[in-house]
Amino acid sequence: MNIDSIKNGYVIDHIEAGKSFEIYNYLNLGELDTSVAIIKNAKSNKTGKKDIIKIDENLDINLDILGYLDPNITVNKIQNGEIVEKFHPELPEKLVNVVKCKNPRCITSIEQELPHICELTDREKVVYRCKYCEEQVNR
Amino acid sequence: MKHLIDIKDLSTEEIDELIKVAKDIMDNREKYAKKCEGKKLATLFYEPSTRTRLSFEAAMMELGGNVLGFSSANSSSAAKGESVADTVRVIGGYADIIAMRHPKEGAPLVAAMKSEVPIINAGDGGHNHPTQTLTDLLTIQCEKHRLSDLTIGICGDLKFGRTVHSLITAMSRYTNIKFVLISPNELKIPDYVKTDILEKNHMEYVEINDMETYMQDLDILYMTRVQKERFFNEEDYIRLKDYYILNKEKLEKAKENLCIMHPLPRVNEISVDVDDDNRACYFKQAKYGKFIRMALILKLLEVK
Repeated sequence: MNIDSIKNGYVIDHIEAGKSFEIYNYLNLGELDTSVAIIKNAKSNKTGKKDIIKIDENLDINLDILGYLDPNITVNKIQNGEIVEKFHPELPEKLVNVVKCKNPRCITSIEQELPHICELTDREKVVYRCKYCEEQVNR
Repeated sequence: MKHLIDIKDLSTEEIDELIKVAKDIMDNREKYAKKCEGKKLATLFYEPSTRTRLSFEAAMMELGGNVLGFSSANSSSAAKGESVADTVRVIGGYADIIAMRHPKEGAPLVAAMKSEVPIINAGDGGHNHPTQTLTDLLTIQCEKHRLSDLTIGICGDLKFGRTVHSLITAMSRYTNIKFVLISPNELKIPDYVKTDILEKNHMEYVEINDMETYMQDLDILYMTRVQKERFFNEEDYIRLKDYYILNKEKLEKAKENLCIMHPLPRVNEISVDVDDDNRACYFKQAKYGKFIRMALILKLLEVK
């Protein structure tokens, strides 16, 4: 299967096979007017199968969340058909409405309109805690 | 504008200053009698509390201020479904400072994010209770004349006991503090307190089931109640509530100058025969609570 290479934009590569829709939704890519391609189950030398997302525009989107969702992801920034930047997104300091606090004693359990905010408290061990009740949240 | 949601919101210098002011208030009551004239404290208590609420109200009254508020969620607009954020925005128009107790963890933080007046967390579920911690620190300072070089036994419900977590956090700032953590296995200190506070600050601690083993080493014995309202399962509560009962016999090996503390209310975890022992400090501790709250109100209202 062929998908044209992009001139300006992003290629989000090495997504764990089957996870691309989740990432598509987290990044709100459905709201974009630009072309977005999701490639499922592409061949990977490392893992056998992988997903890829291509975004055909250099948008100012916050890709930090990728570091939390899947640390193996590689982001390639493309300009004039060439890769100008390649990086693994860092773990974000703060996650807003990405994971929900499941502590039944947390204020978010009764006040539905509150944003679910989690803060990174241990980068090494990848520990995020609810901003309100400080309970550890899991992916 | 400053709030007090978590004891970590205060620097060590600020805590030292609060203790200093509280001691000055104890010695010079008259000097402070009109400091908050014309100011109002709102006590928003979504969960029953006698001591903390009355202590806040007495503190404001002794500073010459007035108090208003509610003492249960049923008698507030929360019963109609109003959010914490909306309530504090409204009450902020009526009062100069708010003390809030809420059964849900993080509620006072939500309030502070929206409020136009200072918020004091007067206890949020099993999470934080910073003014109890300030009370504990003032008690330790007044009774032991130091906040460092202490072996502190904490006994009872270390899992849900918010006073315990806040106290450990606060003491982590001082040097040579050792903890003896005494609890049944089901009520052991949460892992995050161990990893994020005790181990991170290289503090010495032991976890143990019985209260006798280390009794002779303790400078402070902090007793806590197994709180019924923290359990979802009544059977667990009944099984654990009588696990530790401190009595005269258990104190036989203890130091002459041990300081026995308890955030109160007590149920049966300290036998009444201990009350007359000169090592029992828990009623004094409750009294210190009013003075440190007076100092805190002055600080947050920026009254000189």
